[in-house]
Amino acid sequence: MRDVAFFGLAACLLAAAVAVVTAKSLFRAVFALSAALVATAGLYLLLSAPLLAAVQILLYTGGVLTLVVFALVVAGANTEGARWRKPLPAALMSLVVFAMLAVSARSLPPTAPVHGLKSGKDVGLLLFSDYLVPFELLSLLLLGAVFGALLLARKDRPE
Amino acid sequence: MTLATLLVVAAAVFAIGLFGVLARRHAIGVLLSIELMFNAVNLAIISIAWSRGLLAGVVLVLFGIAITVAEIAVGLALVLLASRVAKSVILDDLSELKG
Repeated sequence: MRDVAFFGLAACLLAAAVAVVTAKSLFRAVFALSAALVATAGLYLLLSAPLLAAVQILLYTGGVLTLVVFALVVAGANTEGARWRKPLPAALMSLVVFAMLAVSARSLPPTAPVHGLKSGKDVGLLLFSDYLVPFELLSLLLLGAVFGALLLARKDRPE
Repeated sequence: MTLATLLVVAAAVFAIGLFGVLARRHAIGVLLSIELMFNAVNLAIISIAWSRGLLAGVVLVLFGIAITVAEIAVGLALVLLASRVAKSVILDDLSELKG
């Protein structure tokens, strides 16, 4: 049952990923990306990380994709004219990278008893004890990103 | 569902995203492909954390997701700026950024 769910979700993820990079209309690519992200959230659920699945759907699928669609509408030109830029070298390059990663994944020592993950409560405790300083630094980074994005995108830039 | 199959799936998604980054012509298409690659990395981290029982992997991915959100916000602002200044979001038209 678990394996069926895994292979179904993995197939969805791969199909959606291919659709993201091949779709002619960028709006379709955005929706394919949302499908890929939801499939990944399903994989997180299978890997016993429900908190991450929730964050994935809320932040990525909710937040980021809304932002991307907004930018697409404002920036316009959702088709690209000529389809690809140098598709053959790009395909070759990604095939080589995939082969290298897959070979190294196969050569990992198998961990016979899979340990699994603990609940979201423990993640929260860990986040606010051992990782408190990085967590606060992250809020600074987000603040900086918001100001940076505002500064870059505003219309009446003081020269 | 073993660690090796999970990592191979993640590697395949990463490679597909890499192809998109290299071959897409529209700036937002490249950003979408970068998201795909980030997603593959997160999946690999969670797979390893799951097989070893390391809760710190979940924290790492939470940080990664938040940083990705910051990155996409600034990236989209840059695309909007390019569409206004250079009147184009096709990357080949923006090649005057080259040194």
